[in-house]
Amino acid sequence: MKALAHSNLISIRDLSAEEIDLIFTTADNFKEVINRPIKKVPSLRDTTIANLFFESSTRTRLSFELAEKRLSADVVNFSASGSSVSKGETLIDTVRNILAMKVDMVVMRHPDAGACQFLARHVSCPIVNAGDGAHEHPTQALLDAFSIREKMGSVQGKRVAIFGDILHSRVALSNIFCLKALGAEVMLCGPATLMPRGIEELGVGVTHQVREALAWCDVANVLRIQLERQQTRYFPSLREYTQAFGINRKLLDEIKKEIVIMHPGPINRGVELSSDVADSGRSIILQQVENGVAIRMAVLYLLATRPQLIE
Amino acid sequence: MILESRVIVRPAHLSLILQRLSEELLERHPGFHNTVLIGLQPRGVFFLNRLAQVLQARIDDLSHEMDGSPEGHRLVSAQPGRLNIPAQGALDVTFYRDDFRHRSEPLSAHTTQLPFSLEGKKVVLVDDVLFTGRTIRAGLDALLDFGRPDRVELMVLVSRRLRQEFPIHPDYCGMEVNTHDDERVRVCWDEPEGAHITLIKTTG
Repeated sequence: MKALAHSNLISIRDLSAEEIDLIFTTADNFKEVINRPIKKVPSLRDTTIANLFFESSTRTRLSFELAEKRLSADVVNFSASGSSVSKGETLIDTVRNILAMKVDMVVMRHPDAGACQFLARHVSCPIVNAGDGAHEHPTQALLDAFSIREKMGSVQGKRVAIFGDILHSRVALSNIFCLKALGAEVMLCGPATLMPRGIEELGVGVTHQVREALAWCDVANVLRIQLERQQTRYFPSLREYTQAFGINRKLLDEIKKEIVIMHPGPINRGVELSSDVADSGRSIILQQVENGVAIRMAVLYLLATRPQLIE
Repeated sequence: MILESRVIVRPAHLSLILQRLSEELLERHPGFHNTVLIGLQPRGVFFLNRLAQVLQARIDDLSHEMDGSPEGHRLVSAQPGRLNIPAQGALDVTFYRDDFRHRSEPLSAHTTQLPFSLEGKKVVLVDDVLFTGRTIRAGLDALLDFGRPDRVELMVLVSRRLRQEFPIHPDYCGMEVNTHDDERVRVCWDEPEGAHITLIKTTG
């Protein structure tokens, strides 16, 4: 396995375990690169990448931009606010216009699930999904699994519990696909109102008891409560959510083993995760962020250098 | 497809070449003061590992001969004290190549391990076969991202003449061969009959 089969990264489901492994071994090399005094390599100096963010993002966008710059690619950024999108231009027109300016690759975040899939049918350049609605966020899942592999040696056979708002979370869905593909066991834990019906069919366990999930797992991936998506009341109050589903030092001390704490950020401190846990030695939250750049470099590099691109 | 494979350097000959190359290194880097050896991944590293064994054996011999002879010791060591083998590193140039879009097979990267600073060092880049010079060109770029060495030299086991695309020539050369485009030179280190070099004729 030396190349990716698809020219886009839209869903983790498009990747085989071997392809994920290829991305990981490539990311190992890029992680070494970004820890050098000169943190960049000239690989993609002939490539122009457009970051199209139709939905706000700080970390993912910065991470992609740094990854692109450390590969020496030329980067253009686009955000929906203050652009022609607010004048009523369609998605395809927007992207075709950008591609007409000789852009080679597109990284896109969009509030609608399936936007990247739709775009891939109409334009020919490689597309990387940086999050589409509540559907998928493949690079986040890859960097999460990469961080587990780095911390624990491998992902195979590990027990990973995902806590919080599963219903609105593209991170949860991509994580499930990625972890299952790599042979991990997955359990979801959250309020029944934030648990999609029928999610068990993906081969994951479901519980509503935090203690049960913590006692079971090796790794706890705690998702953010998306306050912006809570117009409908899924739980009575944040305080009540924290009492029932928040993870704190006391809960972790009750179980008699060390578990690894992850969070895709941004953290609501004191809501889903208490500060003493987020800042403890068990937490690999900042390693996740560092690995994010390496993983995105690997994905962009592998897509840009696929042999099929040779004309 | 491989049409024909012919051994051009037998194990005994290869062993002589390695000995000559280590003598040349000893001669041109007195005492190995500030010298580092860097193999280009992956095959340059195999070559460097084998060369390091030969060099270590030669250094042991020299130290043995020179026990009790301070003058002789100064010949090989600019610094007082024991002569030590230079530090060794591995450099991967995949991300610095200019030809990855021109290949049918994608390139996979290897690890870079340079556990020392390059500032003020005399670097000997080590690779097994010099062909077009593009790998070495990428190697120089990669190397300079780690610092500013005082001097960079190139050692290759085999130099394929007639096809160099860059003005790059080795300072230390095991042997020169004239080859055609459809031929490949392969150094086989881990073979039951001993390390040797073959010339392979292919269809493409």
